[in-house]
Amino acid sequence: MTILLFSLLVALGSFTAGLLGALTGLGGGVVIVPLLTLGFGIDFRYAVGASLVAVIATSSGAAAAYVREGYTNVRVGMLLEMATTVGALLGAYLAGVVATSALAIVFGLVLIYSAYASSRPGPERLVSTPDPLAQRLRLDDSFPSLTGEQAYHVQRVPLGFALMTAAGTLSGLLGIGSGAVKVLAMDQAMCLPFKVSTTTSNFMIGVTAAASAGVYLSRGYIDPGLAMPVVLGVLGGAMLGARILTRTRSTRLRTLFVLVILALGAEMIYNGATGRI
Amino acid sequence: MAQPGASESPPPAQAPHRGWTEHEVELLLGRLLQVGVAISAAVVLAGGAVYLVRHGGAGPHYGRFVGEPAELRSVTGILHAAAAGRGRAVIQLGLLLLIATPVARVAFSLFAFLRERDRAYVLITSFVLALLLVSLAGLGG
Repeated sequence: MTILLFSLLVALGSFTAGLLGALTGLGGGVVIVPLLTLGFGIDFRYAVGASLVAVIATSSGAAAAYVREGYTNVRVGMLLEMATTVGALLGAYLAGVVATSALAIVFGLVLIYSAYASSRPGPERLVSTPDPLAQRLRLDDSFPSLTGEQAYHVQRVPLGFALMTAAGTLSGLLGIGSGAVKVLAMDQAMCLPFKVSTTTSNFMIGVTAAASAGVYLSRGYIDPGLAMPVVLGVLGGAMLGARILTRTRSTRLRTLFVLVILALGAEMIYNGATGRI
Repeated sequence: MAQPGASESPPPAQAPHRGWTEHEVELLLGRLLQVGVAISAAVVLAGGAVYLVRHGGAGPHYGRFVGEPAELRSVTGILHAAAAGRGRAVIQLGLLLLIATPVARVAFSLFAFLRERDRAYVLITSFVLALLLVSLAGLGG
């Protein structure tokens, strides 16, 4: 295979991942590493480096739109970015010392958890009583709902902060956005409305990934020849996906994508356990 | 400053903002991210074209990890090699701009919180910005 053909195939695969990620709302970043390692036989470290920069591109592109719509809670995002950036630096450090086969197993487990979490979203838990710490940090806000601006009260800030540190560590370790863990922290622990937590999570992903990307770049994990088709492909797919489906999300496509993620998770664990990655 | 939770009257609580309203800050933030991603993608695309024209016929070699050469691992190295017109270095420059986009966003947030004189968030944002710069400073050399 020549570099030209290789780049085209990688761009096509990444485009599909970005498109499916946007159409299903699950994000395409999580399937990039399995696509590159299992599909193209690329070393885990190069795959994580390319995935990390692709995650920055898609999250920053989408954040631009969400922030303007008024869903993103910038204060919550800024506060929790303290947790995710510390975690991301820790994760990037660990990625250099942990064996890639062990990382592949962790990656598989995260994929399976993401599939589980997105197929059974928890109930929306809006609380009407304010929390003193959240008030002191001025985290409470409102969002545009169908019935006009709706106010919400942020809860359990320390628990959310701890969970976000874990999300940041996974992001730095595996080169993913770890949206599933972020949404767990914000939906379930901090009781943010769905739309607010997904958009705020997306808002933070770029900063989190940038923190570990510096470490990855200086370690030589980010290869321009590989990152180029991945970044452009995912970005193109995500932009097209956002354009053709802004509101409605196909549930059948979503189920299919969840199954793909599950299968990739199992395969990552198998390859890690047998030392193939 | 506005008292959250204490909803006395309609929200003229937003009025005493100096300079920009919260919505204007959000608009500028969104624009900053958009422009950053667009410029990075354009640079990556340009470098990619040069790279594929020159090396498209060679074979890829990603099965075994060897790591990038030193000139593609530091800011100064990337700038030098990109200025020499090397395709891979131009792509790497685009990726560097991509990584810098969220960093610029945090710097802008710091500026916005400074204008609002929101001391707690000035501290929080400074901490995040410092960590990001420390991470990127690893690239300094």
